[in-house]
Amino acid sequence: MKSLRNTALGLAIGVAGATTAFAGELTIATVNNGHMVEMQKFTPEFEAANPGITLNWVTLDEGTLRSRVTTDITTKGGQFDVMTIGMYEAPIWGARGWLEELTFDAEYDVDDILPAMRGGLSHEGKLYAAPFYGESSMIMYRKDLVEAAGMSIEDNPSWDHIREVAKAITNKDEGVYGICLRGKPGWGDNMAFITTMANSFGAQWFNEDWTPALNSEAWKDAVTFYVEMLNESGPPGSEGNSFNEILALMNEGKCGMWIDATIAASFVTDPAQSKVADKIAFAQSPQKATTKGANWLWAWALAVPAGTKQGDDAKKFIEWATSKSYIELVASKNGWGSVPTGTRQSTYDNPKFQEAATFDEAELKAILSANPEDSTMNPSPYVGVQFAAIPEFQAIGTAVGQQMTDALAGNITVEEALANGQAAADREMKKAGYY
Amino acid sequence: MTDRQRQIWIDRAAVTAAWIAALVFFFPIFWMVLTSLKTEGQAIQVPPLLIFEPTLENYLEIQERTNYFKFAMNSVITAFGGTLLALLIAIPSAYSMAFNTTHRTKDVLMWMLSTKMLPAVGVMMPIYFLAQKFDLFDTRTLLVVIYAMMNLPIVMLILFNYFREIPKEILEASRMDGTSTFNEIRQIVLPLAWGGIASTALLSIILCWNEAFWSIVLTTTDASTLTAFVASFQAPEGLFWAKVSAVSTLACAPIVVFGWMAQKQLVQGLTFGAVK
Repeated sequence: MKSLRNTALGLAIGVAGATTAFAGELTIATVNNGHMVEMQKFTPEFEAANPGITLNWVTLDEGTLRSRVTTDITTKGGQFDVMTIGMYEAPIWGARGWLEELTFDAEYDVDDILPAMRGGLSHEGKLYAAPFYGESSMIMYRKDLVEAAGMSIEDNPSWDHIREVAKAITNKDEGVYGICLRGKPGWGDNMAFITTMANSFGAQWFNEDWTPALNSEAWKDAVTFYVEMLNESGPPGSEGNSFNEILALMNEGKCGMWIDATIAASFVTDPAQSKVADKIAFAQSPQKATTKGANWLWAWALAVPAGTKQGDDAKKFIEWATSKSYIELVASKNGWGSVPTGTRQSTYDNPKFQEAATFDEAELKAILSANPEDSTMNPSPYVGVQFAAIPEFQAIGTAVGQQMTDALAGNITVEEALANGQAAADREMKKAGYY
Repeated sequence: MTDRQRQIWIDRAAVTAAWIAALVFFFPIFWMVLTSLKTEGQAIQVPPLLIFEPTLENYLEIQERTNYFKFAMNSVITAFGGTLLALLIAIPSAYSMAFNTTHRTKDVLMWMLSTKMLPAVGVMMPIYFLAQKFDLFDTRTLLVVIYAMMNLPIVMLILFNYFREIPKEILEASRMDGTSTFNEIRQIVLPLAWGGIASTALLSIILCWNEAFWSIVLTTTDASTLTAFVASFQAPEGLFWAKVSAVSTLACAPIVVFGWMAQKQLVQGLTFGAVK
């Protein structure tokens, strides 16, 4: 019997441990981005300033975070008190009553938040998420290679010029490729970039009556250009590349040009991780038929789910994490070059920040020029630059993204990819009752 | 070439093939440890660096950012707890099927095994709702139950095979002496099949330890295991290979040591007792 008793005791120890969250304990779901990681390190400062509130962090990869917070919010699970969400989710979830409205006192200075960020995180004038850091997209290029080819890249060059430069600086024998662009499928991966490119070619996701517009000539021209340019001057295996893969190539000096999130500027100019840190220059995104929608707008923002029982404490935390004083706190510990950017005008006005960040001007210019409410050449019914802020877009964007990857890999033609994408989008929109 | 010489060559070829296979299996672990000692910049260099100045900065940052021991303790409790629960259910069931076989026994075993063919995500929502309803979300109790259910078919099948190797005559003799079923299991079956039960338990512990899906979906802060800990180091924007390698090394280390110590029993378990 002794061994059975021991077994039972072991099992009892094994199954022990049911725990519940205590009042004053905030559970915060976040991603493993550099700025978020830094925020976690400042937990003691927040807890010291707010006695009675303790912070529990749940760090998840981006895909898991999206599915976890979506499941939690739709099932009213109440697992999280603060959620890290993006600009796509904030207005949709706010409109559905899934998020609590955020209001702040005068000291917080909500007017200091960049208007594009504030607008993108609001629905009908109500703010549902506070931006923790924001980004747009821009050209990051190897100045040395471009100059050696006797060429230059100005702000908002034409796509034809970019293609010419990419061809000129490609040196496949030395493993240097003129242009690196996202190819991995996903609405937030290849479709974020391809949508901005399509916007500038005059394309759009949906017509005014919500019918998908992927069968337009503008889409065909944009995607054909993208596939041909990457085949000419892109690295092999581009269909598997997204932000991190290209960042690795860029830091190794294998890419002549990269058009992607402005946050990348801080990585490619960091001598600790980039071999070409002192050779990088920046320019605003390329354009073609229109000046609209050429660069995206995104924010990682903090929101309070409507199901939480600790709304007041959660808002107190968000107020702290997205305040001017938090930015100053980070600057005092890590330097002005390490503060979260893309959220507040006061950051860009600060001379110390201007001195520390070599990319600040280009980043601010890109963020300010993005307008989610007017991002297509012809009128469109949706809000968003690199996405359409409707619940159905996630599925549509991912399905179309897969087609684009297939076209890039040469498995199907561009025409087939767009026809398949159009059919998938049409099916989804009909099912959702748009027409 | 004589038969003896031919045999020597065959043996040498077999040993060489075994070494090559072992090196192929070991290489990812070697590479993971090597990468964990590089900086993020070094980790992505092409061609990969083999000679470099090793650094422990990744391990220090992990320690600074997170509480490794909390995750490790959750892994230990849920892996051992899940295995114990699975054994408690599987031993009497396997006994019943091994010694009271009917013409449906094999079908029952196959049916149980077929539940392993269902992708876990297929039952995610029902389990999620049940966890919510019984207020078990983010508890080790929930993971123990899930892990036990997850491994039950395999544990049952292995134990069934072990129990079948016990001569029925021994059990019949004990019944002649008037032994109860409970005592028959405790005093005869368990001691005779102890090696098989130990190797089954080891295999189950390893399967529980490496389980990631349920651990990530059903926990937040209190019950997260080392697999959730590893997953949390992926970054959508920024390099993370060196840190993920370091955190993976930390997550693997306890079970690798455990597996090394128990390799004999483990091989027995994996071969379903075919090798004695």
